[in-house]
Amino acid sequence: MALGGREHDAGLDAADLAARVLAAVPASDARAVAGALMPTIEVGSTEMPDVLAFLRDAPGLEFKLFVDATAIDREAAQGLLEVVYVLRSIVNFGWRIVVKTAVDAAEPSMPTSAAVHAGANWAEREIYDMFGVTFDGHPDLRRILMYPEFVGHPLRKTYPYQKRQPLTPERDPLSNPWPKRN
Amino acid sequence: MSTDESRKNLAMAADPLSEIMELQMGPSHPACHGTVKFDLRLDGENIISMDTTLGYLHRGFEKMCEQGTWTQVIPYTDRLNYASPQINNFIFCEAVERLCGIEAPERASYIRVILSECSRLADHLTCLGMSVTELGAISAGFYMNEARELFYNLNAHVTGARVTVSYGRVGGLARDVPDDFDQVVRAAIKRTEEVLRDCEKLLERNRIFADRMAGIGILTKEEALGFGLTGPLLRATGVSYDVRKAAPYMVYDRFDFEVPVGTKGDNFDRFAVRFEEMKQSIRIIDQALKQMPRGRITVDDPRFVLPDKKDVYSNIEGLMNHFKIIIEGVRVPAGEIYFSGEGANGELGFYVVSDGSGRPYRIRVRPPCWYGMAALEDMVRGHMVSDLTAIFGLVNMIGGECDR
Repeated sequence: MALGGREHDAGLDAADLAARVLAAVPASDARAVAGALMPTIEVGSTEMPDVLAFLRDAPGLEFKLFVDATAIDREAAQGLLEVVYVLRSIVNFGWRIVVKTAVDAAEPSMPTSAAVHAGANWAEREIYDMFGVTFDGHPDLRRILMYPEFVGHPLRKTYPYQKRQPLTPERDPLSNPWPKRN
Repeated sequence: MSTDESRKNLAMAADPLSEIMELQMGPSHPACHGTVKFDLRLDGENIISMDTTLGYLHRGFEKMCEQGTWTQVIPYTDRLNYASPQINNFIFCEAVERLCGIEAPERASYIRVILSECSRLADHLTCLGMSVTELGAISAGFYMNEARELFYNLNAHVTGARVTVSYGRVGGLARDVPDDFDQVVRAAIKRTEEVLRDCEKLLERNRIFADRMAGIGILTKEEALGFGLTGPLLRATGVSYDVRKAAPYMVYDRFDFEVPVGTKGDNFDRFAVRFEEMKQSIRIIDQALKQMPRGRITVDDPRFVLPDKKDVYSNIEGLMNHFKIIIEGVRVPAGEIYFSGEGANGELGFYVVSDGSGRPYRIRVRPPCWYGMAALEDMVRGHMVSDLTAIFGLVNMIGGECDR
């Protein structure tokens, strides 16, 4: 029976990966997540950019394809937001790895990885927009899907799905322009 | 200041080439299919920088997915990509099946493959048809539209709906295909092959077309990987990555097909890769039709699949299972997984999180064109406004998928 991990991840061992990450970035406190359906490692939030850079450049691993980044709201149970990065290796594109971290739900913030993978720029903007995680050092942290007047972060579980927000008046491009990239 | 001098100053100020012009293109622009706004800074006709504004089609897809049962997500996935709704359907179902630890029966997997490849053909025909139309090759655009229509009609024949198909189910399919499925699909791909031959003649050695495409919008391998580009955009740069080969799902490991790659990573390569992929899709469909076995189309497991209607009306187990699945939803074991398949635009992924109840805890879609849009600025910089249309066309941004 084919389960989550599947045979494509063969040759990729999360415990082994976590040990390599820990040796390269000792402050990251990297550990494999037991019982995960795919290779998953958990690291400290402040070391995320270093970990992603190590995984990108480490010979034999070369996780160079940035696949995705997203967040999961665990505020009710643990008071945390999980931020998740998914990568693929160019050594074997079947290898995918999930790098996870947790940030405090009350004041979520962590350093940006936009300098490591260009794709993280927009993915982190979306996480900021939808979950309110501030990425320190991000080159362009604006809302991306919602409009600037929108209040709150809609994918947080505390945001009611039926909530309506007032219509914004038509935007006058001269007196009230769209926020520009800095 | 003499009159001559002030006149000269006036002429200087009025010269549009001497200053940077800011131009807002969109959100609804006839040359850009999809609602997206580009704030361009132009030096003459050349683009110095571009800022993209998305979100005009944001419907709160991920939030709405958390409100219903797992099965109720399937109709939402149809509305992600109107050109290839089947692929979205099936990849979502596969992701949930991975969490449940079940696998769709062989026949269902074959039908999924055939309809996915038909969707890929329709999607590529849409993308290329629109792009070449925007470059003025309207005949080729109309030919491709004709072929695309065949696949929408096929959708209607099999599922009853042209676009919003909702045909996948966790553990299989909604119903079996009609008896004449084989003939209808073969007729559609036969006509498509003829159309492709015509379009090839119209475009491949067309000087105007080649000049507009070659050397435009180049990205290197490293840039493409860092941006998270997948699908035709990545393969055009020479990286042979196709989820169907790298991590085969459904029954893709049973077919003989090739992954076309480009060399330069420019627009022409993107066009050629998509064009060649259509021929490979036809190969896959042909093999799958020959191999397709008879049998069940859903797993034999009442926890995940609705019972037959005759059981619902005639015995208590059937009625109970029906109620459980409709009211409480399919109980997906707690866990999380990132599962992806090859969508027409690239890697379409679902990060699904279940807390063990009948409702999804979190569903994240990885829309392939999102990362194409992120890389768009790097592709258009230095090119002319008219090239933006061509590059944007081949990124194939689908508003429903990008903005969700």
